[in-house]
Amino acid sequence: MQQILNFFLRNKATLLFLLLFGLSLTFTIQSHSFHKSQFIHSANFLSGGVYNTTNNISKYFDLIEENNKLQEENSNLRALVFNSSTLTNKSYIDSTSLNNKYRVTPAVLINNSYTKANNILLINKGTKDSLESDLGVISSKGIVGITRNLNSKFTTVISILNTTISISAKLKQSNHYGSIKWDTKNPRFVQLTEMPKNAQLKKGDTILTSGNSSIFPKNIPVGTISGFKLDAAENFYIINVELFNDMTSLDHVYVIKNQDKKLINQLINLKDE
Amino acid sequence: MNKVISQNIIRFIVLVLIQISILNHINFLGDINPYLYVLFIILFPLRNNRLVFLIIAFFLGLCIDMFSDTGGIHAGASVFLAYIRPLITKFSFGTLNEFYNVKFNNIDFIKRLTYIIIIIFIHHFMLFSLEYCSFTHIITILKHTLLSGLFTTILILLTTTIFSNNSK
Repeated sequence: MQQILNFFLRNKATLLFLLLFGLSLTFTIQSHSFHKSQFIHSANFLSGGVYNTTNNISKYFDLIEENNKLQEENSNLRALVFNSSTLTNKSYIDSTSLNNKYRVTPAVLINNSYTKANNILLINKGTKDSLESDLGVISSKGIVGITRNLNSKFTTVISILNTTISISAKLKQSNHYGSIKWDTKNPRFVQLTEMPKNAQLKKGDTILTSGNSSIFPKNIPVGTISGFKLDAAENFYIINVELFNDMTSLDHVYVIKNQDKKLINQLINLKDE
Repeated sequence: MNKVISQNIIRFIVLVLIQISILNHINFLGDINPYLYVLFIILFPLRNNRLVFLIIAFFLGLCIDMFSDTGGIHAGASVFLAYIRPLITKFSFGTLNEFYNVKFNNIDFIKRLTYIIIIIFIHHFMLFSLEYCSFTHIITILKHTLLSGLFTTILILLTTTIFSNNSK
């Protein structure tokens, strides 16, 4: 007994080191797994508050650029309103348009990151605004990521520039689909993998979301094909996709909530049993 | 003695704030960021309680991790660095100095430089290895270690020379 105690006392620094190092390894491994929620994350009172303050200061520096983006989007929306008013100008009300399937919540990005292997963003809306985890996040130009950890006022978003993410996407021309991954090399490009060999590909073709999951609705723009090659087994294409979104300068984003998500998930879980 | 403690508390807070609000967003040439907070571990008093030093280094890394959503990679790298710092000081300053209350700025420049460079590169290598967590990315890890390490070294040398004049 005395010897065991002596052993602990002599090696207390090493033992403490092993304990703390093991703890940080656990946190790291936890952050690499997509489905577990992280123990240490920036959606908390302290870091959310600090980032809110710094964002309040730094947002003045790119007001002009942001205004231009909003103006551009306004004009697009206005064009859409004009088009739809001519289409729906009918004597009866289409009952399907009353039942909105998707609810869109606008949010502001208060911490951006795109240089790491697993990038995580922070937005200024939380459970108070009835957000949940696993909701799609888009900007005016294309997809941004998926929500993960929440508290009452802030939410972390797994960026598409993250090695753990995988989003289903398809070609605009045909309905062949694959999944989007990131190889950590360049924040302007992502990779569309598992695209069947018989798909007809051309440089410059548009890639859209497929709507196969309940996270993103169908036909949200992702990017254009900038190059493609066959994978090692020569069964699938690996496509290099240039994003429409500039992930390095994001500010206003929209969180999309699929109102039918609960029902869909119930059905999927039922099938599994 | 109280002066040393308050000095270290202020240094901790200032370095964490500078790191998360400015240096994490520099992204020089696309993706190179300096990690100035290592300066806290470099300047931590040589005569210390090892257990306290390990715990403080862990919390320093954890603070950075919390703000940059990186799991525990900064905490891991910092704790590792704190654990092997006695070896590095012995290597770069010689054994005798460990028992004297040496002032960091009075040590001659070459010894100080080796000490700083060894610490920074060990820290950065640990950091990027934990971040990528795979051997297939070894080239990326080494590239990031080298470039970020150089950036951090320059920044730390500048910071130490600027603030050394005030303390004399």
